[in-house]
Amino acid sequence: MVNLHINGEVKAVDAANDTPLLWALRDVLGLTGTKFGCGIAQCGACTVHLDGKPIRSCVVPIGSIGERAITTIEAIGATPPGRRIQQAWLDLEVIQCGYCQSGQIMSAAALLANKPDPDDAAIDAAMAGNICRCGTYVRIRAAIRKAARSA
Amino acid sequence: MTTSRRAFLQAGTAAGSAFLLGFHIPLAQAADAAARAPFAPNAFIRIDPQGAVTLIMPQAEMGQGVYTSIAMILAEELDVPWAQVSIEAAPPSDKLYGNPLFGIQVTGNSNSIRAFWPSLRKAGAGARALLTEAAARRWKVAAQTCHTEAGTVKHVPSGRSLAYAALVEDAGHLSPPKDPPLKNPADFKTIGKSLKRLDTPEKVNGKALYGIDAMPPGVKFATLALCPVFGGKVGQVDDSKAQQVPGVRQIVVLEDLVAVVGDHMWAAKQGLAALGITWDEGPNANVTSETVWQQLRAASEKSGAVAKTSGDADKALASGERLDAAYELPFLAHAPMEPLNCTVHVKSDSCEVWVGTQVQTRAQSAAAQVTGLPLDKVTLHNHLLGGGFGRRLEADMVATATRIAKHVDGPVKVVWSREEDIQHDVYRPVYRDVLAASVADGRVVGWTHRITGSAIIARWLPPAFQKGIDIDGVDSAVDIPYDIQNLRVEFQRDEPPAVPTGFWRGVGPNNNVFAIESFMDELAKKAGKDPVAFRRGMLGKNPRLLAALDLAAGKSGWGSPLPARTGRGVAAQGAFGSFIATVAEVEVDENGDVRVHRIVCAVDTGIVVNPDTVVAQLQGGLIFGLTAALFGEITIDKGRVQQSNFQNYRMLRINEVPKIEVHLIASGAAPGGIGETGTTAAPPAVGNAIYAATGIRLRRLPIDRVLLAGRKGA
Ligand code: FES
Ligand code: FES
Repeated sequence: MVNLHINGEVKAVDAANDTPLLWALRDVLGLTGTKFGCGIAQCGACTVHLDGKPIRSCVVPIGSIGERAITTIEAIGATPPGRRIQQAWLDLEVIQCGYCQSGQIMSAAALLANKPDPDDAAIDAAMAGNICRCGTYVRIRAAIRKAARSA
Repeated sequence: MTTSRRAFLQAGTAAGSAFLLGFHIPLAQAADAAARAPFAPNAFIRIDPQGAVTLIMPQAEMGQGVYTSIAMILAEELDVPWAQVSIEAAPPSDKLYGNPLFGIQVTGNSNSIRAFWPSLRKAGAGARALLTEAAARRWKVAAQTCHTEAGTVKHVPSGRSLAYAALVEDAGHLSPPKDPPLKNPADFKTIGKSLKRLDTPEKVNGKALYGIDAMPPGVKFATLALCPVFGGKVGQVDDSKAQQVPGVRQIVVLEDLVAVVGDHMWAAKQGLAALGITWDEGPNANVTSETVWQQLRAASEKSGAVAKTSGDADKALASGERLDAAYELPFLAHAPMEPLNCTVHVKSDSCEVWVGTQVQTRAQSAAAQVTGLPLDKVTLHNHLLGGGFGRRLEADMVATATRIAKHVDGPVKVVWSREEDIQHDVYRPVYRDVLAASVADGRVVGWTHRITGSAIIARWLPPAFQKGIDIDGVDSAVDIPYDIQNLRVEFQRDEPPAVPTGFWRGVGPNNNVFAIESFMDELAKKAGKDPVAFRRGMLGKNPRLLAALDLAAGKSGWGSPLPARTGRGVAAQGAFGSFIATVAEVEVDENGDVRVHRIVCAVDTGIVVNPDTVVAQLQGGLIFGLTAALFGEITIDKGRVQQSNFQNYRMLRINEVPKIEVHLIASGAAPGGIGETGTTAAPPAVGNAIYAATGIRLRRLPIDRVLLAGRKGA
């Protein structure tokens, strides 16, 4: 049994210490907004925040997290950068199938929180770990810019 | 819009949501509804006595925005305010929701709007006519003296009006007219506007439910290993270690696969890794990419079934200057972001399936076949798709998951690892296109094109495979947009050894547009003409494509100087009923790496339902095509796929994406298809740009960086 601090609540997870956070969130806690894409930190679909920093939850064992705060897509709208990113995503109609977008939004929200006005290079650096098979990248870039301006 | 969004959210967030779960109406509510029957004049429209308008979506939403576009067409002809509309996924039914072009319920071939355009308009207009008639009878006036406006019927001479809600009961007693008057497109209020999509608000906050998110109470989780060699079987399984893994509940061994069921995916994955499996690899264990290509190349030298002939191609080839070339495309995996999955609950007398599919009725039948249950005992919940791209035009994942679920007590969610997803795909076939043409006076006078590859249609829709010709395989070749007097197109069916093949975004045109547009560039050079001018000279009878070509050339600055090692390439296509010209600008560095800087696309796709969706599909489709051109290749060794995950099956990433400009051309023609067009456009445009930059012609994809590095600059 591992206690995790998720979206402001403490949740007891009945799974082994080596269980990646992704599966604890999805399968044990039913927080299915965080997605499985590759399982090997290659695609970013599973991105969540650990103390505000983006991590790939598919490779982070729950036993390694301790009391650090986990934020998932379900709660990112409660943070100002998260809310701005979500709104920009809708305003520019970024999303196609949407499957990668939880991860994209988590990566973008973390970027904005730590760099309020990112340039192209900063966007590339923060977002290159997130694959979008539908190819929404052009709008992701524009939406991050828009969200930055709307601060 | 707010109301609509709220209605949609309401529908979508509830655990047993109407939106995601089709016609799932709780019993109490159903009894209530029967007492005050809604107005449901056809399978697509329901208006309840309170005036709530529900539109039923025959097609699957996989990111292409089809829920919104279909709702827009219905709302337009029904004449209801967009904000009052909510949507619901249709249950499986070929009869009610069959795609008019296929006869079965299927979302594919970029034809949702093309295929359903007449029937959806008629459905909306028919309902509107009934509501108008109901009001006219109530007022004892002629229906022709009434008109509709934003969900109300009005009679101007008497100043009377009635909301649709008030007419629901009366209209329900009238029989639908056969040919209801359709709106004049000049009067469209909804169609043609970039309305916000209905499915996206829940995709920004994690609430949208894909197949992989299905969580029926008590669900267990499974993952599987199929024999890595195509067609191989399970030999021995030592499960002693796997049984010790915490959370592992059950190990299911079938003829061709082993699945581990656990409390969560991690337990299942760990359990699978702990199994000692020996495979009986079977006869395909010595298949390699080499053997695949040898077979295909040999087949491509033989003449095939003639799919189209005009004039005398052989005679014309003997005149003018002749050029011969062959182009080759590799196997590709679909790799939708949502890995294959399917949740199934097999009970003694029924079965429930949760999945995201492009073929609802086939998915339902697959489960029925495996369980032996009648169709009406199989409930299918179709979810949002985390990408389809053709992979979910197959129902193999439903059959496989149901086979596993038959051995499991309670619901089980079967999730393919990314590795299994890539190594057990139904692949875009390898193709070889053998072309010959002669040019005289600056134009093509003779043309032969032989396409060799799988006949996917023969497996997927057998009645459509006639006389050895795969109608999809020759699409965009038999209807080549250029005016060529003497022409022959052949199809040579050749199924690769072992490797299963299927539809992949862009389908037949993917192959043909690449071969034809690459060859056109080579012929332009032979004729000593500029690639745009050369194409223009043969598009006199195709004004829509000509206009697109001129627009793309103009917007891209065609002909203006570029830095060293940089070039522009053009491609033109009439695929899927849309006329598109594309100019790519690329730079090739000394290592042979290709950087695509800019893509300019001009599009005439007829009447546009939602312009922003068309632009989005082109942006995304072009990027999908770039991934294929720059990286995409599945190779085979020892009967198995060598790629496994995104580290060796590369996708374009944000730092590699060019500027993309899409220019829509206004048109009153019937709507064309758009979802796959960008994917067919990008590879030839990029290949031609690489030639312009380096003088090196690539006749195979993906691009060969070694070859490009071999010659330092042009
Ligand atoms: S699932 Fe974690 S990075 Fe892909
Ligand atoms: S929106 Fe489909 S994978 Fe990104």
